[in-house]
Amino acid sequence: MNHTSDNYANINTGNSTDHSAAHSAEAAAESPAATRAFPFFGHGDDTPVSPEGLTLKVEHLNAYYTSGGPFSKKRRQQVLHDVSFEIHEGEILGLVGESGTGKTTLARAILGLLQDYDGTIINYSKRPQMIFQDPYSSLNPAHTIGWSLEEALRYSGQEYTKESRRERAFWLLDKVGLLRDHYDRKPDFLSGGQRQRVCIAQALAQIQRPQLIIADEAVSALDVTIQAQILHLLYELKEEFGLSFLFISHDLNVVYQLCDRVLVMKKGEIVEQNTVDELFANPKEEYTKQLLKAAE
Amino acid sequence: MKKKTNFYLLLGSIISGIMTLLILVGFVWTPYSTTKMNASAKYARPSLAHLFGCDNLGRDIFSRILEGAGTSFLIAVTVVAIGLAGGIIIGSLTGYFGGIADEIMMRICDAITAFPSFLLALVIVAVAGGGKFTITWVLGILFIPGFSRIVRSSVAKLRDMNYVKNAKLKGIPDWRIMFLHILPNTFHVILETVIIAFNNAILAEASMSYLGIGVQPPEASLGRMLSESQKLLQNAPFYMLFTGLTIVLLILGYSLLGEGLQHRSNERGTRNA
Amino acid sequence: MKGGLAMLEVKDLHIHFHDADAAHDAVKGISFTVPDGEIVGLVGESGSGKSITAMAVCGLLPRHRASLSGEVMLNGKNLLTIPRSELRAMQGSDITVVFQEPMVSLDPCMKIGPQVEEALLLHTDLGDEERKARALKAMADADLPDPERLYNKYPHELSGGMLQRCMIAAAIISDPQLLLCDEPTTALDVTIQAEILKLLQRINKEKGTSILFISHNLNVVKKLCTSILVMHKGLLVERGTPEEIFNHPREEYTKRLIAAIPSRTRKIRDMVDAERAAADKTAPDGNALVGNAPDGNAPGGNAQGISAETGNLQG
Repeated sequence: MNHTSDNYANINTGNSTDHSAAHSAEAAAESPAATRAFPFFGHGDDTPVSPEGLTLKVEHLNAYYTSGGPFSKKRRQQVLHDVSFEIHEGEILGLVGESGTGKTTLARAILGLLQDYDGTIINYSKRPQMIFQDPYSSLNPAHTIGWSLEEALRYSGQEYTKESRRERAFWLLDKVGLLRDHYDRKPDFLSGGQRQRVCIAQALAQIQRPQLIIADEAVSALDVTIQAQILHLLYELKEEFGLSFLFISHDLNVVYQLCDRVLVMKKGEIVEQNTVDELFANPKEEYTKQLLKAAE
Repeated sequence: MKKKTNFYLLLGSIISGIMTLLILVGFVWTPYSTTKMNASAKYARPSLAHLFGCDNLGRDIFSRILEGAGTSFLIAVTVVAIGLAGGIIIGSLTGYFGGIADEIMMRICDAITAFPSFLLALVIVAVAGGGKFTITWVLGILFIPGFSRIVRSSVAKLRDMNYVKNAKLKGIPDWRIMFLHILPNTFHVILETVIIAFNNAILAEASMSYLGIGVQPPEASLGRMLSESQKLLQNAPFYMLFTGLTIVLLILGYSLLGEGLQHRSNERGTRNA
Repeated sequence: MKGGLAMLEVKDLHIHFHDADAAHDAVKGISFTVPDGEIVGLVGESGSGKSITAMAVCGLLPRHRASLSGEVMLNGKNLLTIPRSELRAMQGSDITVVFQEPMVSLDPCMKIGPQVEEALLLHTDLGDEERKARALKAMADADLPDPERLYNKYPHELSGGMLQRCMIAAAIISDPQLLLCDEPTTALDVTIQAEILKLLQRINKEKGTSILFISHNLNVVKKLCTSILVMHKGLLVERGTPEEIFNHPREEYTKRLIAAIPSRTRKIRDMVDAERAAADKTAPDGNALVGNAPDGNAPGGNAQGISAETGNLQG
């Protein structure tokens, strides 16, 4: 029940000496954005970023959930079994599995919200972000979009003047394809797709390399045409900023379209792990085959 | 089908608006002095000179009612302010953090609420000595549990919202989330509670003054005047009539306002669903 | 296959909402039929009016909130104008509904069994024993294992998939002529989804029940339905068999819809690269908005249209 290592390692200076594990050439190939200049934030143009950049490393993670309140008998169940995987910079890792298989638990563990676990979680991303499934509860209805963005900017660790913060907020809106008019509006009349764009903008507000964003069924509640747009947006932002995504989805076809590698989870275990192309072409596990068949 | 007019809101606003206006005017001006006695005008019937007539000491009833209403109003406002301030602090902290502190706090509130609050107030005030300052702080404190509960349940409902989780992920400190992110979303609920509490405060003060432990003479107070008017029913029936009517209108106006606001937020709720 | 005779006929249906600050026409004159014994799919995105249409068809739209005109003919009766009592008599016996969320469609305080037979309680005068027997049979027909045991369980004890089957059992118990399904598989896992669809197909084949299936998921509808109706912003924009719709879509909107379906033939990165390559060829218009819809079409035309869309309130 102990944490055997830190939750967060602030290894975001981008020096390759700090990145321990060896990675395949695949990692280098997957992050073409790794060498792109990075304006405003963190490291500036002159800091080299290692092409082998790791964003997240999970090793032999076992997580437990204790049910029962103060007055009933407590039961400790194991919800994650020996989970191990890595995410590199500029990589989109898909996570599929049916409900109740522990995907959300894994997300919470990565975000540092889980107490009862053993194993290693090394998060090189200083402040991982999350995009939630329900666009309608993700934005504070009592405040304007601009206010919400500025709140995120206020606590990003970057110093801003009032004007520069506003400018930055506008820049964020531009990046996600929203008009600047939205700055002064409350979220009332925004559509699902627009709301998710705002959430993505908020996630970018505190960006620091490497940056992990967990998308928990982020497009599942959207109309299919809007879904496509948001997937495009995520990909383009990933390219531009070298983001890493953990893309949780029940829709294998979406995973095929967007992700580079994918984890298949069943009952708290990773039953199969592969690149997307490989998995779809040659699924090894029975469960994977079932999922693929059902998604046809 | 046309939009349904919110009669409660309309009527409530009108009545409470008029009453509040009169009270505000009364703070700076009354037709007559409220304490000066005028033997010649004893039991004067309502007339143009004395709108509501005069009492047994020749004092203009209308002026006294204005002042009495003003006093009740001020006391009620203070009581609600105390209750609200305490309720927001306790309610936010317990609603946001939950845990053992929450359980303990809520059981204390339950205990206070379990007493017939009026009796509790009576006992405390009687022990501490009457007078308007005493009843103000006693009532204020007794109102805190009610507000705490409302604020707590609203905050607890909202703390699991995705936008709160988002704020936490952005490193925004808890106090800021509590007061700037969550609390503004509870505004409507709190407003309704404030109106209801205000009503109750007016009623409570009037009752206590009626029993003689509230506002003391020669200060005018609606409750006290009601009590006096009972004895003078034979000679000046209009005294009781107008005093009672004022109390009724005050409460009615704010009650309707509160109902109207509730209806409007229900409407909004179903519309956004 | 039975055909020809229409079970449900909707003619020129208009639905208008009176909400003071958001009065609008949800449905702007649509007409379609559900032929006897067929499965018709009604697809559309949010705001298309498909769910509202479904509610109108089963008579669940509150008459004071919306004004309806047109005809919804079932068994020769216009469901929009018949007296309430007649409508109530038909709901649950001639026309039944399966909703999206099985968790909230069932009363958590009642056991499963009584809820499955409720329609019989209301519309027939069968005795307790007979009703229970019918309920058990319906549950078996709905592929529920061990109906005897499930009969006495409470909803919270069952999984989403099992609950949905209970809903289906409750819907078929009175042998309805029309079964209306409003996104019944959306809240379920993908493997369960497939099973529910097979179940519906079987019910349709064995009992000849006509099904009107509402969904936003074209893939699901493709597998299940014999004909598809596509709705967009209150209008019926296209109709046809699955083959026609998917392989030869006629309308712009239908094409966009189909192009947007996640499929295993296109990767996002390829689409973005293609877009970029195409945009480089044409003169850049300085419009740097990201997230354009993928349809591999010729550049220029769509870029304007889509970016306008992301900009305004329908984005």
